[in-house]
Amino acid sequence: MAIKRITGSKAVILSLLEEGVDTIFGYPGGAIMPIYDALYDYDKQVSHILTRHEQGAVHAAEGYAKVTGKAGVCFATSGPGATNLITGIADAMIDSIPLVCITGQVASPLLGTDAFQESDVVGISMPITKWNYQITNADEIPDAIAKAFYIAQSGRPGPVLLDIAKDAQFQEIDFSYKKCKKIRSYIPEHQVDPFKVKAAAWLIDQAKKPLLLFGQGVIIAQAEAELKAFVEKTGIPAAWTLLGLSAMPTDHPLNVGMLGMHGNYGPNIKTNEADLIIAVGMRFDDRVTGKVSEYAKNAKIIHLEVDPAEIDKIIKTDVAVLGNAKKSLAMLIDNVKENNHDAWIQEFRDCDQIEREKVIDKDIRPDKVGLTMGEAVRITSEKTKHNAVLVTDVGQQQMIASRYFKFTQSKSNVTSGGLGTMGYAIPAAMGAQLGAKDRTVCCFVGDGGFQMTLQELGTIVQNKLPVKIILLNNNFLGMVRQWQQLFFEKRYSFTELQNPDFIMIGKGFGMEGHQVTKREELEDGIQRMLDHDGPYLLEVVVEKEDNVFPMVPSGASVSDIILEA
Amino acid sequence: MRQEFIITIYSENHIGLLNRITINFTRRKMNIESLTVSESAIKGISKFTIVVREEEDRVKKVVGQLEKVVEVLKAFYHTNDEMVFQEIALYKVQTDTLYDSDQVERLVRKAGARILEITREYTVIEKTGHKEETQELFEALNQFGVLQFIRSGRVAITRDPIERLSEFLMERDNLLNQID
Ligand SMILES: Cc1ncc(C[n+]2csc(CCOP(=O)(O)OP(=O)(O)O)c2C)c(N)n1
Repeated sequence: MAIKRITGSKAVILSLLEEGVDTIFGYPGGAIMPIYDALYDYDKQVSHILTRHEQGAVHAAEGYAKVTGKAGVCFATSGPGATNLITGIADAMIDSIPLVCITGQVASPLLGTDAFQESDVVGISMPITKWNYQITNADEIPDAIAKAFYIAQSGRPGPVLLDIAKDAQFQEIDFSYKKCKKIRSYIPEHQVDPFKVKAAAWLIDQAKKPLLLFGQGVIIAQAEAELKAFVEKTGIPAAWTLLGLSAMPTDHPLNVGMLGMHGNYGPNIKTNEADLIIAVGMRFDDRVTGKVSEYAKNAKIIHLEVDPAEIDKIIKTDVAVLGNAKKSLAMLIDNVKENNHDAWIQEFRDCDQIEREKVIDKDIRPDKVGLTMGEAVRITSEKTKHNAVLVTDVGQQQMIASRYFKFTQSKSNVTSGGLGTMGYAIPAAMGAQLGAKDRTVCCFVGDGGFQMTLQELGTIVQNKLPVKIILLNNNFLGMVRQWQQLFFEKRYSFTELQNPDFIMIGKGFGMEGHQVTKREELEDGIQRMLDHDGPYLLEVVVEKEDNVFPMVPSGASVSDIILEA
Repeated sequence: MRQEFIITIYSENHIGLLNRITINFTRRKMNIESLTVSESAIKGISKFTIVVREEEDRVKKVVGQLEKVVEVLKAFYHTNDEMVFQEIALYKVQTDTLYDSDQVERLVRKAGARILEITREYTVIEKTGHKEETQELFEALNQFGVLQFIRSGRVAITRDPIERLSEFLMERDNLLNQID
């Protein structure tokens, strides 16, 4: 590539273009102004979305990354701008989302002097980034950015942060760009060991009651086709984690539903009956395992995983297959025998029947007066032909939507899993919409979470992003209230909200919307929202004290899952 | 069962890396008994030697997390038996105590310590050894009054015939070559 003499700021923009960045989420301020000035000349090549808060920018970048599989990029200024990114970076770290965050920093001679808007963002973000680096010399910019993208997107992805001192942004350099292909000290993924694959295949062929558990690793490795082929060849039932949602069509006959605290009845109780667990790209989160000492005690464990530190971290494995799930599944397919487990699958169907009668029907086709979250989710999913991108916030609405929204294609679920970040949904939905411009994005959010990042309605309207926001209003911090009801003798300590007129707030931002309070209005209301050309806020007033079931009470074993209180 | 483990980390020599390494211990509320960093036999590669008293399972997990740090080339852990290790201690005593009797000098000789510097006021004694040994000498000398005492972090070397790092670097080169 030809060498040009340019400023560090311009080098930042050109480097991002070299990495194929088309969207940046950000918020300007003193220490990043030179970069914003350079950006001004490139509005044709890259679009910058001015959010209303840096937390909005980082969650939007996460939403973008989730639906595209590419790194989300965000900009913030030093000090408060940078610290406002922290929640989103922590969220991306625990959910393995590739992000490249660029923060401005005070000029290098001022570092360590408590200068105006100086904060040690490299220090602050160290525990929650896969890698971070401070640039004080413009010469470092191209290589640091190349490295940042490589690290963020390879192996087990994660957020990286580059902190660029203001003087480095002004400095002139001879610019040339070379993508990073390897780093001496970093091995993103191990080669799959054929011997381990054989050992796994042997266990799989012997198993009478095998159960496959898959997580986001399948989506990250783009191993959806291999997963499907593997379960179809072996006839093994497969259950997804919260972050594994959409990696397989919901209605695939071998998809037996969701694991975890509010997952489905079958996969939870059958975990403890299975004689073999094949975990693919999942990390045995405590919300999935319940009480670890009683988890899957009858089963041998096979773990297909890219991150060596996950092996034996929570659950001891019998065979660990390190490496990229796409490759390891492909090799497994070649090594296993064709099989079926019809009687075993029938046991899951029987569980489904019980769950349907005790929980699901009441949730999604209720006959009581008040509206339920479940029916709003079911109708939205049906009306979008199970083809929309689901974005959820945190709480009851997240669990209900994850249970009842259906998927037909991968990379369609955007939620904050590991961190459980309220306020995630609205900004993440706008990022998801920018990453999947042609798809319908349905964002479910509670009245609590809505009020954590509602300022981003302004960003959505300004950028004409046709996000469909379904606010499920129960006038409570619902999930916390549910726990108070079940485990704290109904002592509703600070969980009831006095809410504003949400529709008026939406209108104030220029967003169309309306409120639904009755069942007769629900179908039409959802249709109206979907038919509307542009963003829309539909407020569905639901029963105040509904609970999410089934539930594995915290600290209990997965087989102690309860279907009703 | 908690016991002493020696964690050895080979890494790039980058700013901030010490912090990135120690936060892995802090996060798990794991106390670092001693920590030493310096350049390894291979130029540009730093070697950390960290001593912890912990359960093996927790040590194994923290080593797994340390290996994830981008700039870390390799991390190992060993029991004390598997390594040859030393610490160095310096003791400052009043020079008069050496003149008053020959006891201090005898202690120094018996402990295999040596005298580094003698001035009219003070004498600096050096001893290398395990913590118990340097501690023992401290207690003995302290009967005569130790003005200052300092002990270093541990340095350690495996009982393996070769430095594992070179073997590992070769393996790593192979892996890296497979990437493209
Ligand atoms: C930032 C943040 N603060 C607090 C919590 C704890 N928390 C988890 S769920 C929940 C209630 C959410 O209420 P709401 O947004 O109304 O959703 P609902 O559960 O009613 O669907 C709270 C407070 C959290 N997850 N995130």
